[in-house]
Amino acid sequence: MSEAALVGLFVATVQFGTLVFLAALGELIAERAGVLNLGVEGMMAMGAVSGFMVGLETGSPWAAFFAAAAVGALVGGLHALVSVVMGADQVVSGLALTIGGLGLAAYVGRNVVGERPETLFTDLGIAGLADIRWFGDIFFNQPPVVYLAVLLGLAVWFVLARTRLGLALRAVGESAPTTDAVGHSVMALRSAAVMVGGAFAGAAGSFLSLYMAPGWTEGMVAGRGWIAVALVIFGAWRPGRLALGALLFGFTLALQPRLQTFDIEILGLDVSSISPALLGILPFVLTVVVLVIISWRHRHRPSVAPAALGLPYRREER
Amino acid sequence: MASSGADHAVWLRGIEKQFPGVIACAGADLRVRPGTIHALLGENGAGKTTMVNVLAGVYRPDGGEVWVNGQQRFFHSPADAIAAGVGMVYQEFRLVPNLTVAENIVLGSAPGLLRTNEIEERVAELSAAYGMAADPTRPVWQLSMGERQRVEILKSLWRNASVLVMDEPTAVLTPGEAAELGATLRAMAEEGRSVIYISHKLDQVVAFCDEATVLRQGKTAATVDNLQDVDLTSLAEMMVGTSGGGYVDRPPPRDRGPEVLSLQNISALNDRGLPALADINMTVHSGEIVGIVGVSGNGQKELAEVITGLRRPAQGRVAVNGQDVTRASPGDRYGLGLAYVPEDRLGVGLAPKMSVVDNSVVRSYKSQRRGLLLVMDRCVKFCQTLVERFGVRVGRLNDPIAGLSGGNLQRLLLGRELAEQPAVLVAAQPTRGLDVQGVAAIQSHLVEQRANGVGVLLISEDLDELQALSDVLLVMYEGRVVGEYPPDVTPRTILGSAMAGNPPT
Ligand SMILES: Nc1ncnc2c1ncn2[C@@H]1O[C@H](COP(=O)(O)OP(=O)(O)OP(=O)(O)O)[C@@H](O)[C@H]1O
Ligand SMILES: [Mg+2]
Repeated sequence: MSEAALVGLFVATVQFGTLVFLAALGELIAERAGVLNLGVEGMMAMGAVSGFMVGLETGSPWAAFFAAAAVGALVGGLHALVSVVMGADQVVSGLALTIGGLGLAAYVGRNVVGERPETLFTDLGIAGLADIRWFGDIFFNQPPVVYLAVLLGLAVWFVLARTRLGLALRAVGESAPTTDAVGHSVMALRSAAVMVGGAFAGAAGSFLSLYMAPGWTEGMVAGRGWIAVALVIFGAWRPGRLALGALLFGFTLALQPRLQTFDIEILGLDVSSISPALLGILPFVLTVVVLVIISWRHRHRPSVAPAALGLPYRREER
Repeated sequence: MASSGADHAVWLRGIEKQFPGVIACAGADLRVRPGTIHALLGENGAGKTTMVNVLAGVYRPDGGEVWVNGQQRFFHSPADAIAAGVGMVYQEFRLVPNLTVAENIVLGSAPGLLRTNEIEERVAELSAAYGMAADPTRPVWQLSMGERQRVEILKSLWRNASVLVMDEPTAVLTPGEAAELGATLRAMAEEGRSVIYISHKLDQVVAFCDEATVLRQGKTAATVDNLQDVDLTSLAEMMVGTSGGGYVDRPPPRDRGPEVLSLQNISALNDRGLPALADINMTVHSGEIVGIVGVSGNGQKELAEVITGLRRPAQGRVAVNGQDVTRASPGDRYGLGLAYVPEDRLGVGLAPKMSVVDNSVVRSYKSQRRGLLLVMDRCVKFCQTLVERFGVRVGRLNDPIAGLSGGNLQRLLLGRELAEQPAVLVAAQPTRGLDVQGVAAIQSHLVEQRANGVGVLLISEDLDELQALSDVLLVMYEGRVVGEYPPDVTPRTILGSAMAGNPPT
């Protein structure tokens, strides 16, 4: 296997990692506030198509990126309205968002299929570092969204761990009545968390349509939204572990299309004979394994998942 | 009396509140003077919790006025009530188990940026100032009930509440912890704060409180300006309207029947993986009540769980009606005649969101089914019989059971467990948090079961209850049975030192 192919594999690992990391970070915010949003796939599709269309129109990838985030926040707001404000079942509402979001994205983008925008995100060669052999390309010659995702990850960690807002968000994900009783608005906290989460998913979608696979085709999100949902569990609802998991999942995603071109044998097994489809389920298998390990390690303690995850709250009900 | 709220710390005037199918408050009044500890009394379901939830901004009243510190208030949320100086310690604690003590205390009033060390230091200062030990860095899930309550009080003090509401604060405390609480509340009253204290333990009420309001069926039935002037019996009378007796009379001793429950060399771990039970041996015979004495947290919960099959013992053997059930499921044990009234009524005992009818038939639906189908008529009829026979106060039978007050939940639960003539009944804290009438009703059911030949294992923190009902007392300390005593001739001091781990020899 050539050196260029290997570097290419790791460059793609970082980019796929960024894609699922951004979406999962948004889902993490919503889940830490106690709201499960299974609509990530749909929100990413809406972000992908709207980002792409704004990109075509304006020629500015950043305008496209933020427009996709805004659309994601709006779509997420729908989930907040139905499940947080009106107290409907979060699983049902989230699934509806995925199905509806995919359908709506296909409809909205039906006339731009096959078009190609002129301006896309370009790789940022960081002066002095981008030329380092191997590492330069993998870490220092990536599109700006990669570095933005790193900054966002740090920001989310900081807000959750070190601010009043973060404390309130963590608390409302553990127990809504408690958070209500100390004077925070459960509805405001949860709705905001879901909308910010939607913005992250929408932005991730546009990274796909404006850089990774420039263009719009129906079904282009291809299950990465579900991988993001699994990644939140894999990361045990912690931003740091989420980042590690994103690289691991990114690696399996990057490997999938390349697998057949590798002529490597591991323990007598011809790697190129492994089915890419089998590789596709690896993130989910890993998630289940990690879930088993963490629930075993937490058997004598409260679970790592936010205790109020998925539970709607109405004040006068008991 | 001058009808102005100006000279009262709290004035709830003509409060009305209705829930689907139940009128919780029907024009109740409550006046509390500044700097006093005010008892709010009443039977189960009288509306005490509802009243204080109105004061805390949790419930919006259908009618009536809320005055705090001389001003009329319209609370739209708990935040408004907190801003007006109302601090509330709920019947079920409102703490986040996964957060630390300090984080729980500052939640809702934290600065924008958290400097953890600084906050922990200030929390430590506050707890030292009021003599309430609480390690600010520990997560709340590791704390005992008494410690959790201290955190709740510190939370209100952190917000500098001028009115502190405590809903049944001693139901979960050991006698020592309860006495400490009394001193803390007094110190707070001396600073000019007011305390509203809800409890069914009338002796503590008289010891801790200055004045009292008695609610009956959602209305104010009596007020007492000086609790020193009244005795326990007249207080109890005010609550129930008639003279309700205290504890049920000791049943006459009778011959023991065959052995219905036995434990041999039982050891078990608790939820945190630490030893909770060590080498327990005990038997319960048909027609006797065996009382388990001990400060809560000494293995009683684990004992009940091992017997009923909710916890696997590390070692030893459990037998019901002579059959080894050590590896049997809770359902199989029930089939062999083991009934269970757990300490955690809403959760382990009953499913909160399911209806009263569904909850009454979940345990066994043999007589209510035809083939694989449940016959709804029969379920409803069965439920109605339970409700009537055990005097449960309910709204509609199809409403979620979570709407019932504590005492009524317990009546229904006991009724369901006794419906199929069990051989053994394990009852954990069956009268905790119940009013005088509720206690008497539950106790007389236990005695009746004993007369019917049921073997009862009674786990309780109430020594009076244990001494009045049991045929034999076993004292538990740190997971061991440290002594066996006859209930009537054993002085309190002996039981007390056994409970503290020094059984006199
Ligand atoms: N959120 C609610 N939904 C429906 N019904 C309720 C609700 N809260 C209280 N009730 C009903 O209102 C009545 C008064 O209940 P409340 O909890 O105020 O009684 P309480 O005096 O505190 O009794 P206890 O001593 O058992 O705690 C009860 O009949 C109860 O079933
Ligand atoms: Mg109550």
